[in-house]
Amino acid sequence: MKLIFEKSMPGHRSDLLPALDVPAFDLPASMKRAEKPALPELSETEVSRHYTELVQQVHGVNCGFYPLGSCTMKYNPRIDEETAALEGFTHVHPLADERDTAGCRKVLETAKELLCEITGMDDMTFEPAAGAHGEFTGVLLIKQYHKSRGDEARRKIIVPDSAHGTNPATAAMCGFDVVNIASGPDGLVDLDALKAALGPDVAGLMLTNPNTVGLFDSNILEITRLVHEAGGLCYYDGANLNAVMGVVRPGDMGFDCVHLNLHKTFATPHGGGGPGAGAVGCKAFLADFLPRSVTMDGEGRLQVRSFAGNFLVVVKALTYILTLGREGIPEAAENAVLNANYLMEKIKGTFEPAFDRVCMHEFVLTLDKYKKETGVSALDVAKSLIDYGMHPPTMYFPLIVHEALMLEPTETESKATLDEAAEIFRKLYKQGFEDPETMRTAPHHAVIGRPDEVRAARNPILRWKKEE
Amino acid sequence: MGSYIPSSEAERREMLEALGMESVRELYKDVPESVLLDRPLNLPEGLSEMEVRAKLEDMAKLNRNYRTILRGAGAYDHYIPSIVRYIPAKEEFLTAYTPYQAEMSQGVLQSIFEYQTMICELTGMDVSNASVYDGASAAAEAAAMCRDRKRSVTLISETVHPDVINTVRTYCYGANAELKVVPAKDGKTDLAALKEMLAADTAGVIFQQPNFFGLFEDAEEIIAAVHEAGAMAVMSCNPIALAVMKTPGELGADVAVGEGQPLGLPLGFGGPYLGFMATTQKHMRRLPGRIVGETVDSRGGRAYVLSLQAREQHIRREKASSNICSNEALCALTAGLYMATMGPDGMAEVARQCMAKAHYLAQKLIEAGCRLEYSGRFFHEFVTRQENCREILGALSDEGILGGLLLPDGESILWCVTEKASKEALDEVADIVKEALA
Repeated sequence: MKLIFEKSMPGHRSDLLPALDVPAFDLPASMKRAEKPALPELSETEVSRHYTELVQQVHGVNCGFYPLGSCTMKYNPRIDEETAALEGFTHVHPLADERDTAGCRKVLETAKELLCEITGMDDMTFEPAAGAHGEFTGVLLIKQYHKSRGDEARRKIIVPDSAHGTNPATAAMCGFDVVNIASGPDGLVDLDALKAALGPDVAGLMLTNPNTVGLFDSNILEITRLVHEAGGLCYYDGANLNAVMGVVRPGDMGFDCVHLNLHKTFATPHGGGGPGAGAVGCKAFLADFLPRSVTMDGEGRLQVRSFAGNFLVVVKALTYILTLGREGIPEAAENAVLNANYLMEKIKGTFEPAFDRVCMHEFVLTLDKYKKETGVSALDVAKSLIDYGMHPPTMYFPLIVHEALMLEPTETESKATLDEAAEIFRKLYKQGFEDPETMRTAPHHAVIGRPDEVRAARNPILRWKKEE
Repeated sequence: MGSYIPSSEAERREMLEALGMESVRELYKDVPESVLLDRPLNLPEGLSEMEVRAKLEDMAKLNRNYRTILRGAGAYDHYIPSIVRYIPAKEEFLTAYTPYQAEMSQGVLQSIFEYQTMICELTGMDVSNASVYDGASAAAEAAAMCRDRKRSVTLISETVHPDVINTVRTYCYGANAELKVVPAKDGKTDLAALKEMLAADTAGVIFQQPNFFGLFEDAEEIIAAVHEAGAMAVMSCNPIALAVMKTPGELGADVAVGEGQPLGLPLGFGGPYLGFMATTQKHMRRLPGRIVGETVDSRGGRAYVLSLQAREQHIRREKASSNICSNEALCALTAGLYMATMGPDGMAEVARQCMAKAHYLAQKLIEAGCRLEYSGRFFHEFVTRQENCREILGALSDEGILGGLLLPDGESILWCVTEKASKEALDEVADIVKEALA
C-alpha cells in the first residue's frame, strides 16, 4: 500500500482550530526553520482511510490465536480501556497540586497494595515504563543497597544462559559485569554452577521463575538461600508471573525485588510494542531506594523518567485486578497452566517438547531432529502458521534450545481454539515430510511474502524521502 | 466476579482428563509445598463489569478537572483532534505485540516507518528510532550514545527540565559515568561556564530548546562550542516549537530528543508519553531501540521490517546499546496520526497560536503588576515574579483555572499558554491576578 506521504495532496487539510483571537507574534527570521516540515497534507477522510488500510494489515489478539511465548498475549478487556479514558484521569496535569489529584493517588495506592499482596513485596513504584525499564530500576536498587553498606566490591550480576536478553543488557547498563551461568540438562539453574559463581564480588542474581523454558525451578528456595548467604540479592523478573499469581509469591520464594509487566500479566494491551508499565516491588529494606519523581524537589533519589510513570496503563491494570479479585487471580494462573499443558499434550507425537514434563504457562518445542529429517526449520513452521491466521510462537528463544518454538496460549483461549491449533500443528508436521518446499516459502496468503531482512540491514532505508 | 476464561467447567474437566489429572493443582507439583501460598490472597472479591466501572468512575471523580490549564513544565495541554482519539483505539493497533512477524504486522511497521519519517522531518535529522519511554529517558539514552572509551563525561545545562536532569543523573550513575551540570545565567545556559567545563573527556552536552523556563537558548553558539571541544551536542526539543523554530538538523546537533506528549497525547497524570530520538547518518548505529526499515519481500514488493537488530539486547545481550525492549509504539502511532491530521500548516498554526497567546498573557500579567523574570525570547512558557504567588494560584483555582507552576523560591511562577486558552480566559486570568496583587 502507499505511504501516507504518497497520498499527500497540496492544500488538503482539516480545520481544527479557531482563528487567533490575540495579536499575532512571530519569531525573527534568524530563529525560524528555513522550510516547513514535509508532513503529509490530507483531509480527515483521507487520514481515516489511511489508518483503516493500515489496521487491516495488523494481527491483534482480537483477530485470532496469538500463542507468543514469554509475551502473555491474553485478551485485553475493553472495560479497562474505558476506565483509563475517563476524563477524570486523562485531563489531570502531572504537576497539579496534591489536593487536585486524590483520585490518581488513590489508583496508585490501591494498585500498590494489591500488587504487593500478589508478589509478597512491601513497597512498589510505578515509575518504570516497561519491563526492561523495571529491570533497570530493580538492579539499581541492588546497586544502591550495596553502596549504602559501603560494599562496593560487588561488581557482578549472575544471569542464567536461558534468560531473556534484557537481563544481561540491564546488568551492563547498571555498571555490573555479567556472569552467565549454564543451565543444567533439565533447563533449570545448575546449583553447582551457581555455587561456583557466587562470592564476595557478586551483587545479585536475576532470575525468572517459572523460567524461560516454562518450568518451575523446584530448587528455588535453595537458590535464593545460596545467593543471600553469599551476600547477594535476588531479583525476580516478573515476565512469567502469569503462571503463578495467587499460587506462589516471589517474596515467599526469597526474592528481594521484582518487576511486573502490567502489559502481560495484568492484561493491559501491548499497543504494537508499547506502552507497557513495569511496576517494581521490593522488600522493606530496599524501599528507601525506590525512585521518585523529583520535579522542583532537588536531587537525592533515583529517577528513571519524568513524573509518576505510565499512569493510564496502571488504571487499566487496576481495573483488571479489581475485576478478577481474590479468586479470579489464581484462577487465571491455573487456567493459563492448564491450557499450556493441554496444548502440549495435543501436539505431542508430532513436534517434540524440549522438556517432556509438566510445564507452567508455556512450553518449548525443539525442531532440531525434525529439521534434520525434513529440512524444514522452526522459522518455516512459524511462517506456515501465518497462512492459517495464527500468530507464530516465539522463535529461536530461549537460546539454550535448538530450533525452538515457544508457545504460551494464556488462559483466555478456549479448548476449541487449542484443539484447532493442535490440529494445524499436526497437519504442518506431516506436510514437512511430504511437501517441505511449500513450508520453506511460506507464507503464501499474507499481505507480503518473506521480507529480505539482510538487505534491510545492509542497505538501511529508515525513512521516506520526497523524490527529487 | 469477572473472568475472561472462556472454557466451561466441563471443558476444563475434559482437558484435565486428557492430562490424566484430577485437579489443576497437580500441575503445580514442581512448586515446593513449603512455598505454596496456603491461604487465599488478601484481595477484595472480584467485581462485575458494572461494579468495577462505577468504582473507577468514583476514583476519577476525586480528581479536579480544570477548564483552563496554564501549567506546562514538561506536560502540555494541547487540543487533541477527535480522530486522534479514535484511531489508536482500533483493536488491532491496541492489542498487537511488537511486529516481530513482519508478514502479520505490516500495518504497525508502516505506521512506525511513517512516524520515523515525520520525526526526521520535524527535527531535520537523518534517522529516527521507533520511540523510547519519554523525553527524560530519551535524553538519558542520548547521553549513553555520546560516550566512548575516551570520552565518558556528560554535561547537562541547568536550564533543562529538572526531571530530565535527574533521570540522566540516574542513568549515568548506573553506567558509572560522570554527569556535570552547567550553570544558568539569566535563565539560559551560561555559555562562558560551558566553555570552561568542556574538556577532552566530555562525551556529550545536553541542552533544551526552548528551555525549562520557556526561553530560547543560543543554540548555534552552544553547538559550536561543543563541537570545538570534540564532543557531541544533544538538543532536547519541544515538538510543537519545532514546527517553526530552527531545527537541530539545521543547527548541526548530533542527537535530537524530546518529549512527544504534545503530539496528541493526553496529560494523563504523566503517562504514557513518548520519547522521540533522532540522529545523523553518522551515528545511526549508535541509536538505541527499535528501528523500522524498508526492504523487499520474496515477491519483489515493498515491505517493512524491524531492522539493524544487531544493536539490540535480544541479539547482543550485555553488549547491547541499551536494554530497551518495549517502547511506546501506540503513542508513536498517535503522534504520527496527530502530525498527519494537523499537516505542516496546522502544526505551525498551533505553534504560532501558543506563542501569540503566551505573549499576550505575559503582557497582561505585566499590566496586572507582575514582573517578567527573564528578558530573553520565549516560546509558550515564561516566568513571572510577584508577591502573593500562593494567593494568585488559589484564586485562579477557585475559578476553575490551573495556574502556572510555583517555582521553589515561592516567589515566581512558570506559566504556559497553549492554543486552547481563549483571549477571554486569559483576560479573566489577568483580572484575577490583578485583584490578588491589589
